[in-house]
Amino acid sequence: MRSEAYLLEMKDIVKTFPGVRALDHVSFRVRQGEIHCLVGENGAGKSTLMKVLSGVYPHGAYEGEIVYKGREAVFRGIADSEKAGIAVIYQELAQFPELTVCENLFIGHEIMKGNGARIDWPASLRRAEELLLRVRLRVDPSVKIKRLGVGKRQLIEIAKALSKNVGLLVLDEPTAALNDDDSANLLNLLRELKLQGVTCVLISHKLREVLSLADTVTILRDGAVVRSLDARAGKLAQRDIIRHMVGRAIDDIYPKRNKSVPGEVCLSLKGWTVYDPATEREILHQVSLSVRRGEIVGLAGLMGAGRTELALSLFGNTPAYKITSGELEVKGKTARFTHPKQAIRMGLAYVTEDRKRNGLVLIQDIRFNITLAALRDLVKGLAVDRQAELRAANEYKEAVGIRAPSVRQLVGNLSGGNQQKTSLSKWLFARPDILILDEPTRGIDVGAKFEIYQLMNRLVEQGMSILMISSELLEILGMSDRVYVMAEGRIVGETPACDATEQIVMAMATNAQEASA
Amino acid sequence: MNAQTAAPRGEARSRLDGLRAALRGNVREYAMYIALVVIFVVSGVATKGLFLSPRNLTDLIKQTGYVAVLAIGMTVVLIIRHIDLSVGYVAGFMGAMSAKLLTNGFPIYAVIPIVLAIGAAIGAYQGFLVSRVHVPAFVTTLAGMFIFRGLLSLVTAGTGTIIVRDEAFRALSNGFIPQIFEGSRHWLTFIIGLACAAVLAAVKIRARRNESRAGSSVSPALLFIFQMALFTSVILTAAWILSGYRGLPWTAAIVAAVLLSVNFVLTQTRFGRSVYAIGGNPEAAELSGIDVAKVTFIVFCGMSMFASLAGVLYTSRLSSATPTAGLGFEMDAIASSYIGGVAVSGGVGKVTNTLVGALVIMSLTNSMNLLGVDISYQYVVKGVIFIVAVAFDILSRRRA
Ligand SMILES: Nc1ncnc2c1ncn2[C@@H]1O[C@H](COP(=O)(O)OP(=O)(O)OP(=O)(O)O)[C@@H](O)[C@H]1O
Ligand SMILES: [Mg+2]
Repeated sequence: MRSEAYLLEMKDIVKTFPGVRALDHVSFRVRQGEIHCLVGENGAGKSTLMKVLSGVYPHGAYEGEIVYKGREAVFRGIADSEKAGIAVIYQELAQFPELTVCENLFIGHEIMKGNGARIDWPASLRRAEELLLRVRLRVDPSVKIKRLGVGKRQLIEIAKALSKNVGLLVLDEPTAALNDDDSANLLNLLRELKLQGVTCVLISHKLREVLSLADTVTILRDGAVVRSLDARAGKLAQRDIIRHMVGRAIDDIYPKRNKSVPGEVCLSLKGWTVYDPATEREILHQVSLSVRRGEIVGLAGLMGAGRTELALSLFGNTPAYKITSGELEVKGKTARFTHPKQAIRMGLAYVTEDRKRNGLVLIQDIRFNITLAALRDLVKGLAVDRQAELRAANEYKEAVGIRAPSVRQLVGNLSGGNQQKTSLSKWLFARPDILILDEPTRGIDVGAKFEIYQLMNRLVEQGMSILMISSELLEILGMSDRVYVMAEGRIVGETPACDATEQIVMAMATNAQEASA
Repeated sequence: MNAQTAAPRGEARSRLDGLRAALRGNVREYAMYIALVVIFVVSGVATKGLFLSPRNLTDLIKQTGYVAVLAIGMTVVLIIRHIDLSVGYVAGFMGAMSAKLLTNGFPIYAVIPIVLAIGAAIGAYQGFLVSRVHVPAFVTTLAGMFIFRGLLSLVTAGTGTIIVRDEAFRALSNGFIPQIFEGSRHWLTFIIGLACAAVLAAVKIRARRNESRAGSSVSPALLFIFQMALFTSVILTAAWILSGYRGLPWTAAIVAAVLLSVNFVLTQTRFGRSVYAIGGNPEAAELSGIDVAKVTFIVFCGMSMFASLAGVLYTSRLSSATPTAGLGFEMDAIASSYIGGVAVSGGVGKVTNTLVGALVIMSLTNSMNLLGVDISYQYVVKGVIFIVAVAFDILSRRRA
């Protein structure tokens, strides 16, 4: 007997896509009962490795061998790996928003009545409650999924995996879309599951959580394993991981900038009140804020505080939101946009929070996406000047560091982080004066994050103004000059970033919520 | 993971890989051409050469004309994830209108602009409902089917079939471009064919060079040369055959003009980009400053205008407007687009391929007519080809 039993061994995995070798002889081993974190830059191959494991890329579509529970595993599809007890939770949750929690939990393997023809709802509900208890989620199993926030949905996905007697649980960036509270909640659950004997592979760009959780950390870079490190002794430091990940040391994740005195106010909102026809509710109440030239203003708050709605409503997405009162001033001029094109013309840009849903055209290439918002500038006569377009796209691809064989690569084929960079490039190419960033570094690796922060600093030094919505408090505090805190559709606090701490901001956000509840 | 690592590892092996990748990447486009070739060969054999006779090929072009015009418009509608079911009866109605106007003494140069303008107005009405009122296009244009079918009956009510006597109008679908050189062969036609082949080759070669300069993987040189040789020889053969008969029909010139202009708009202009962006992700398009409602509106206007043009071509071909004109045109148009590779989920499609799709559908129709196949079977056969093409398309996309 070996002292350390491996639950999973992936040996010499090679996976290529046209023009890209995503995995280059990767060997990856997971011990029984551990939490194994997989880290690496955007496009390093983490998701691809997990897709090989789960059978998304079936046996034969890759080279190498997978040994699971001591036997060679041949998965021809996701169904095979699920049957073997491997559950993968992707970042884009595959849920049915119109169905209830209970229905979502058992979809595909419903609990049937004795004769097997009809669904046994009472039994399903009982079982659902058990499962929800196991993931410590207190929701009514008969409520529709769409009513729940991302954090809770994530937990439901784990409950679903548990219902299938999972032996190996794989989570691909589960906390990327979660705020700090929900993340902590999820991580605690993973610790508990570990005690119950569930082995877990976790992909994350948040190194703090990696260090707090991992038994082993494996670092991928350019499709190869750089190192597998033991994290149990607690000796592992964040900077070591970063060094292996990006090949150089990054000392201060939030780069300093020369703080000049901010200029005149260029975006100001007064008494902004917005009604959402879809839910028939007022979602923003009397919001007032201002952003000065050359300033980064952070907008903190919990999920559902109304920050994205604020951005969308002032950006002119009006069929979705009805502005009932309030005043918007952009660069000294009163404005009320009825279409995003007007906002863009006035020098605004909005990088959306959900790049796949409303940020990018996934079936088109990088070039198409980068130039989409400012194609006007590339038109010569009637036609788009495609040589100039290509030059522009290449320039931004380099500047932002999008990793792809060329700008003709389809955006849908890029890794998550590189998609985010493409989305950002699109708006940088529009050369806005006021840039609204909604979760700008979601799913982005530390190295790239650092680059984006540097880029933000450069932009504000050149006189741009940035309004940054983020659920990562450290990011807000590290980058902003001033911070607004939102809760329940209201601004509940404003503070210079230098005076703020995580505790202060969290207290503002949650106190307000409790007070109004 | 970088681009370089995949390259070296046995020159021959990688070249073979490249070929395979290129073939796999365009499998459905090749399938379409292969289908067309198979139809031509089988029809040619089955009809003992009649199908390939200059006279029949000329007929085929004339028949394809109105369907191609409809299909080109339909492609754009399908790319932005809508559909227009009303095109058949709009074509029928506007064809009858043109006949009516002509018999009432309006000159042809007034009739055609009037008819196209009314067509655009019809499109404006449907486009308004779809883009501003958000009535689904399926419903809007289904209602349109009722309305324009009714209007067609109204226009032809008193007279029944309206006979058109205007020579110029009849020439639109039945005439040929003039002969300018002496001789039995229609040399102008052949020269145009030659020019087309040369321009096509030049455009393709330039596009390929730009592509590879942009860093995207292009098909291997050998495959490309083979393709080019095939295309040019097909064009030259067609030109040769047509020039041996009465030359190039005006219909072909009209379709070419429509095709080239829509292709230009889709591939070269900002409007075209908007169309593909909306088809790919309407929400992202809207937030990128594209006025989705406006683009949708314009696309519907264009569609109904093309439907009017198709109506004119059809009426001209029959030299008369009948109360049942337009029946089922929308089916041929939609089928042509899908056979030509428009994605069922929107966002993808080329009008040049749609033209080939239209040729597939119409050469099937033509050949089955020659063979005397019953119309009922014809529908079944077309339906089967249609669904096979779409299923194949979806499968090949999923694999890629
Ligand atoms: N279907 C595909 N076609 C072509 N290239 C692909 C495809 N899927 C992934 N790739 C490429 O493979 C590489 C690895 O991608 P992968 O998604 O595994 O990265 P990742 O490590 O998960 O990155 P991230 O942290 O950004 O999510 C990337 O360069 C990506 O562009
Ligand atoms: Mg990933």
